[in-house]
Amino acid sequence: MNKSTQIVEAGLKKRYAREKRFRMFGLISILISLAFLVVLLTDIISKGYPAFQQTYIKVDVTIDSKTLGLTADSTEDELYTASYSRIIRDSLRAKFPEVTDRKQRRALTNLVSKSAAYDIRDKVIANPSILDTTASYWFLAKDDVDVFMKGNIDRDLPEDDRRVKDYQLGWIDQLVAENRLEKRFNTVLFTEADSREPEQAGIRGALMGSLFTMLITMFLAVPIGVASATYLEEFAPQNNKWVDMIEININNLAAVPSIVFGLLGLAVYINFFGVPRSTPLIGGLVLALMTLPTIIIASRAAIKAVPPSMREAALGLGASKVQTVFQHVLPTAMPGILTGTIIGMAQALGETAPLLMIGMIAFVSDVPQGILDPSTVMPVQIYLWSDSPERAFTERTSAAIMVLLAFLITMNLIAIMLRKRFEQRW
Amino acid sequence: MSLNTILITLLALLVFSYVIGRGRSLAVGKRQSNGRRNLHSLPSYYGYLVVIWTAIPALIILALWTSFDGKLISDMTFSSLPAEMQAQGADTKGLFLNEIVNLAKEGQIDQIEDPVKRAAAERYASLQNISKLAKTVVVLGVAILGLILGLRLVKPETRARNKVETVIRWSMILCASIAILTTVGIVFSVIFESIIFFKTVPVWDFLFGTKWSPQTAIRADQAGSSGSFGAVPLFVGTLLISLIALIIAVPLGLMSAIYLAEYASPKFRSFAKPTLEILAGIPTVVYGFFAALTVAPFIRNLGESIGLTVASESALAAGLVMGIMIIPFVSSLSDDVITAVPQSLRDGAFGMGATKSETIKQVIIPAALPGIIGGVLLAASRAIGETMIVVMAAGLSANLTFNPMEAVTTVTVQIVTLLTGDQEFDSPKTLAAFALGLGLFLITLMLNVVALHVIRKYREQYD
Repeated sequence: MNKSTQIVEAGLKKRYAREKRFRMFGLISILISLAFLVVLLTDIISKGYPAFQQTYIKVDVTIDSKTLGLTADSTEDELYTASYSRIIRDSLRAKFPEVTDRKQRRALTNLVSKSAAYDIRDKVIANPSILDTTASYWFLAKDDVDVFMKGNIDRDLPEDDRRVKDYQLGWIDQLVAENRLEKRFNTVLFTEADSREPEQAGIRGALMGSLFTMLITMFLAVPIGVASATYLEEFAPQNNKWVDMIEININNLAAVPSIVFGLLGLAVYINFFGVPRSTPLIGGLVLALMTLPTIIIASRAAIKAVPPSMREAALGLGASKVQTVFQHVLPTAMPGILTGTIIGMAQALGETAPLLMIGMIAFVSDVPQGILDPSTVMPVQIYLWSDSPERAFTERTSAAIMVLLAFLITMNLIAIMLRKRFEQRW
Repeated sequence: MSLNTILITLLALLVFSYVIGRGRSLAVGKRQSNGRRNLHSLPSYYGYLVVIWTAIPALIILALWTSFDGKLISDMTFSSLPAEMQAQGADTKGLFLNEIVNLAKEGQIDQIEDPVKRAAAERYASLQNISKLAKTVVVLGVAILGLILGLRLVKPETRARNKVETVIRWSMILCASIAILTTVGIVFSVIFESIIFFKTVPVWDFLFGTKWSPQTAIRADQAGSSGSFGAVPLFVGTLLISLIALIIAVPLGLMSAIYLAEYASPKFRSFAKPTLEILAGIPTVVYGFFAALTVAPFIRNLGESIGLTVASESALAAGLVMGIMIIPFVSSLSDDVITAVPQSLRDGAFGMGATKSETIKQVIIPAALPGIIGGVLLAASRAIGETMIVVMAAGLSANLTFNPMEAVTTVTVQIVTLLTGDQEFDSPKTLAAFALGLGLFLITLMLNVVALHVIRKYREQYD
């Protein structure tokens, strides 16, 4: 064995160990990154799944017309404005007659959500003959009761640190024993818009807002983006200063912080053009500008991937340049363009920061009906709820996140499937 | 007619003009001996030509009218008011107009008691009606005029296809120019407001002042809080959080990319790469929620258990979560550049007897370094401009500190807080947000330009 071989052999063990170590580091990095993802998702899901259930409470209510100040021939207006919350209060007091302390009496009324009064009102208006009858009704429970029923308030804590006091615990235990408390699927979450009361708050308003906003974004960004990409790839003169500038611009815009687009929307759209703030229209306009670069870059890549032979064949048969592009190149590139578009739209759907600048952060308790109604969108709703101090909003925030993520994952899966299905090698 | 009805009518008119244009071309084209018509273009192109003549002038007028009629009408309403009202400042003017517009919209003009307001609201409503009517007449009139003119062009010798294609081409150029318009819009919107801001606060104080407390007096007679706009603590805070994020994301992202590109089996790669990219697809508001509700308390408890006081809105928590968010940026960009290194370089190193890790460390990484640096710069620009994580997890008070355990605030957080509060638009507080936006835009622009340039140069090297 010569000397250099000996040197190599001597170091070999160390070098192999180093090799192994390096490889391990790589694997560990990936595993750590994936672990972050798992922790994030489990955290959200474990916080959010209870929100899909909601506690309901059964109360025997006597709809006493004297308390309401109504008679059999009251007008609908009178029916509408009567104070139904007093009936609910009286019913609860009748259920627990032993409660006399003022503070406790107030707490007693707070077992049931404020929406109970509206429920009874709607029932009376629909059928005035239930006046002066007694029946059991299921109402939404107040958020504190709901949180307690889901086991998120520890019974063993000292009373002073607990949101639910001992006397309230007694009532809840009694109600549970009488089967008057029940957890059901939370439909309110999907049928209502935002509310100050956690148990009445839902994501419908935000979902509709997101839908309208995305429609505007799509109708603006997709045609403009595809047209720009087509021009830059197929028609633009090579080595032209103007074209170069457009290219550099697009690449830069893709990396500009999204909040800057919000500033643009505020200064140009709202203050200069007077587009109404807080509406899906302005949100869609801003998000369209933000998604344009993504769509353009993806579409260009897809158009570039169409083999030149195809264009040459079309041109050779006498098609004009425009006909070639619109009848052959674009249809062939369509799956790629669609994939890019869906990814861009998913990005826009999850975007929050620029929308805060243009007033979509306003509290809106109505479901928007069109692009000019004040509204909010899913990510902003999540932000608003996460700021609320009530424990019940935390779980609703997580539930809203789960719904948003479900949408995003579906969109991305569609994009991946499209890519797989139409992937062609030329 | 409302805007929607005008649009629908216009759409119907367009369909009609296509049909009639195409039909006319068939009527005027005479059949020749070979059985074809002597038309220059296919009949459908004549149809499109008429559509273009009908649509474009009408749509342009409609767009201009809709964008500017609101302002014109309110100006005209205002000029009809008594002189003493007109002499008042812009604020009262705005409030007054708002009230009138709302009253007029809700149809409650009869219930207004103040005669001046009532007259103004009536005038507003009547002007609005006139504008609506005139808009309908003018737009539809122009469309019909266009239709007639377009039809006159339908002759066998008209080069309809070329004309249509020219229009298509120009509209594509117009679309492509929107990118430039956007940049121009961004630059102007931040610069104009910043200039006004720098008239009240000197540039020097803004750039080098170390105290940030933007609370300004809303009324002139209010005591205290004159506001100081020294942006240094904000930029330091931004830097600190971005630095923490990069310290986490760069090693993890780079090592993941190396493993995926060089070691992983195709099966593992096809699973791990898209899964990692999910991290990039999660909305930032979700990260913010995670940072504020899970990571920050966890870090605080951890710090307490080893005897450290950690602020509940520590820079560490925000930075850590932001780091997780940008891992996929670093890893996918590095993955691209590593796979772009030519195989011959690897083969050369293996031939010399190098192990795989030696090849990677001594050949591949140096060769891919420009690309990797470009990727890291892009990630840094992303971290600096990131908003939601810091809005939700970082603090609001501007501390000038490098201690990651303390609460700091960032440029983006301040922009959001300054602009989401109730403030008049031209107060220094609101304008400060635009000055910060200008700073943010310039910094990220610089990073992006350098990064994109480096990456482009790198690609050319191995292409």
